[in-house]
Amino acid sequence: MPSHTFTVNGRSVTVDAPDDLPLLWVLRDMLGVRGPKYGCGVDVCKACTSHLDGTDVRPCVVPVSACAGKTVTTIEGLADGDELHPVQEAWLEQDVSQCGFCQPGQIMAAVALLRRTATPTDEDIDAIANICRCGTYFRIREAIRSAAAKMRAA
Amino acid sequence: MTGHSPTPDRSRRSFLTHLVAAPTLALVTRAASDALAPQPADAAVPTLPAIADLVDLGDLFILAGAPTSALLALAVEADGTIRFRLPREEVGQGLTTAVAVLVAEELDAPLTAVRVELEDARPELLFNQLTGSSNSIRSLYGPVRQTAATARARLVAAAAARWGLAPSALTTANGVVRAPDGRTADYGSLAAAAADPTLAVPGGATPKPPARHTLVGRPAGRIDARAMVTGAQRYTLDLDVPGAKPCVLRRPPTLGGSVRAVANRAAVEAMPGVLHVVTIPTGVAVVAETFGQALDAKAALQVTWGPGPADRLSDAEVRTRLRAANPPPLLPPLLTPYVDAEFDFAFVSHAPMETNSAVADVREDRAEIWSGLKSPIVARETIAADLGLPLDKVTVHVVQAGGSFGRRLFFDAALEAARVSKACRRPVRLMWTRVDDTRHGRMRPATHHRIRATYALGEVLSFEHRVAAAETDFRHGLGEIITATAAGLPSGLGNATLAQTLFLTTVKSPYHFGLTTRTLTEIPTGVPTGSWRSVYSANTRGAEEIVVDELAARTGKDPYLFRRAFLKTDAQRAVLDKAAQEGEWGRPMPAGCAQGIAFHEEYKSRTACLVEIDTRDPRHVRVTKAVVVADVGLPVNPRGVEAQMIGGLTDAVSTTLRAGLHLDNGLPLEGSYSQFHWARQRDTPRDVRVFVLPATGTEPGGAGELGVPAAVGAIANAWARATGSKPRSFPLSFDVDFTPYPR
Ligand code: FES
Ligand code: FES
Repeated sequence: MPSHTFTVNGRSVTVDAPDDLPLLWVLRDMLGVRGPKYGCGVDVCKACTSHLDGTDVRPCVVPVSACAGKTVTTIEGLADGDELHPVQEAWLEQDVSQCGFCQPGQIMAAVALLRRTATPTDEDIDAIANICRCGTYFRIREAIRSAAAKMRAA
Repeated sequence: MTGHSPTPDRSRRSFLTHLVAAPTLALVTRAASDALAPQPADAAVPTLPAIADLVDLGDLFILAGAPTSALLALAVEADGTIRFRLPREEVGQGLTTAVAVLVAEELDAPLTAVRVELEDARPELLFNQLTGSSNSIRSLYGPVRQTAATARARLVAAAAARWGLAPSALTTANGVVRAPDGRTADYGSLAAAAADPTLAVPGGATPKPPARHTLVGRPAGRIDARAMVTGAQRYTLDLDVPGAKPCVLRRPPTLGGSVRAVANRAAVEAMPGVLHVVTIPTGVAVVAETFGQALDAKAALQVTWGPGPADRLSDAEVRTRLRAANPPPLLPPLLTPYVDAEFDFAFVSHAPMETNSAVADVREDRAEIWSGLKSPIVARETIAADLGLPLDKVTVHVVQAGGSFGRRLFFDAALEAARVSKACRRPVRLMWTRVDDTRHGRMRPATHHRIRATYALGEVLSFEHRVAAAETDFRHGLGEIITATAAGLPSGLGNATLAQTLFLTTVKSPYHFGLTTRTLTEIPTGVPTGSWRSVYSANTRGAEEIVVDELAARTGKDPYLFRRAFLKTDAQRAVLDKAAQEGEWGRPMPAGCAQGIAFHEEYKSRTACLVEIDTRDPRHVRVTKAVVVADVGLPVNPRGVEAQMIGGLTDAVSTTLRAGLHLDNGLPLEGSYSQFHWARQRDTPRDVRVFVLPATGTEPGGAGELGVPAAVGAIANAWARATGSKPRSFPLSFDVDFTPYPR
């Protein structure tokens, strides 16, 4: 069984797994990192969204072999200890979550967007394709706007 | 005219709270026996009250739950933590937060000290552990406050005894009892003394009058919000149950099909990571070290399948059968003008974000189950019987879930996990794939509607609505609730079928439309169905709101003013007026864009929705703006109510415009959100304003399902005005624009 070494939320890990095993299952079933959620397994719902070397990816379709030597950040790795990321703070301020199941992915997608642009337009926000079955989209939009403003001011 | 809906006087109900022997304060509450009684009809209104005006489904829930003793358990611990065991499920609707607000309010405790935990399945609760029908806050509002008020009274009495003062001299705030001389004692330090059964509590305990509320009615954020944004919130498959291995099922190519034979069991068992391959009635289960490996193995299985009950059934036939079963409306009197309309609604998936899932640990002599369950008692009873274990050897934990919309009234994943765990003698974590959840999961039944309204001289003389629906499955405990309360129902209803009772106790018209009648005809199809947020109302009331617009057009009236003229009460008009004002009803819109408005009343609550739609790009019709007004009587947490209204709006955007299931030879074609076109950010309005009215009554109405029907009507009406077409078949855009996954 091939072995893969990479960093997850600041911790170096080595796992023995088939090359093509999706990162999502390495995280959830082998490493016990359960923030990223399964919603479809085929890059459609985006619930599993996490970061690979700072870029948003869908771990359900990223083979573990593609992570060797790289840095994976999941929702658990976003806050700095007890200090939340401004996007997480904005999510609390807007009380975005309903069932919460899509929100780790929504937040990781929003963080990636704000990394690409400090002033996201409505079209930029529209382009986030993460499904929220509870329909929290409007509060997500407000939270992204609010986080963007605060991050620009900081 | 100022009318009023006669409602059962629930303020007469009272609750008895008992001390439980425990080291620190622990209480349970049950309702006293003065059960609700339907009030006589108010004969002064031109349209006689519908059954749902007299006694709605929520009343039945309240009535059925009343006699259950030991309903609510509250404990104050030595560190000041207040624990409340909630016999309901949290699926995102905000119930745990609303209950925490009620507990903190009556105890004068900080919200952060309150923990609301989901109660395990407790069969002794009988009818009092079913989450549905927007009923939880309605049924819990009285007893939760009584329980917390009693706890507060005992804590005060304990402090009074300690200090040798009269309890009436003491005050409470922020989890602390305070004496006039400045001495203080926090609740934790009093919890043991307050548990003393010999403690005298002079004057008993009465919940605060609403005028003294400091938390109820103020917006509160979810108590679990931080856990949700940090990934710490634990859903069923996130639980660490020792040794529980991932499990997925290969399901039949048609709904309800059976397993005949597995051709390559040994080869699949030899695949990397695979631990077991076992056959259960609903499919072939693979247990593996990771879900990735289980999914690969599932795909490699070669299975021959037996037929299901609906193998050749497709949409066209469902539609034909529904039309044939639906009786025609009565002939209108000669020369009376009328509006006729027929509507079709497709099957719709519940599609909760968290697919059906469960963890099970079944041993020789006992079993333990974890799952998101809205009817855990029936789940526990069914699973115990299936496993051949005594009921008291089966523990069923209710886990907070990633959405439900009615889906988790059923417990199929829990039953499957129990069967697999028993067969392979190890704990398992069973997950439905999204494709299975979309295709084999339950569906909102397809429906057909015939509506005929007659009118003359500016009055609507009659409004007749005939609904035919694929049968809705209510075999999850709701039946027992209705059966148990049938004797107390208005004349005749006690003999109606379950579906008829549900239909008649939920669907009603807010308008004075003369002789108003509704019938429901259900046909069995073999398709697995289940209540979907607002049950019959989304389609039934949605269709009616479309006809209201058509009546207005026929009589040359503005849709808003027409509704206003026919609504029954001032409270209804206040909600409609607010939506029209805030939404700038009538403002000019470019060609291809339009406003639409609709109204709905249910669950002792009422709402109006005004939307704007842009249909200029026919491939991407978008609701661009929405204004929603909700009057829920007494909003416990307006922020939570607002969230529910936004959710209901998104449901309506999705199911009205694009999201439906095509049934094709016994299986839906859709297999994921890319095919079952649930709205994404780009499909939803950039401008949403929700107004939750301050308290208009003394008790909360329901809110969880309230938002859907009015939004369906408003969106369809806006679409009609923007396109000049009549909305008749839903979803409005319903092409098979994808390649279905293989069966
Ligand atoms: S689970 Fe990864 S995109 Fe849906
Ligand atoms: S909050 Fe439930 S799916 Fe987004």
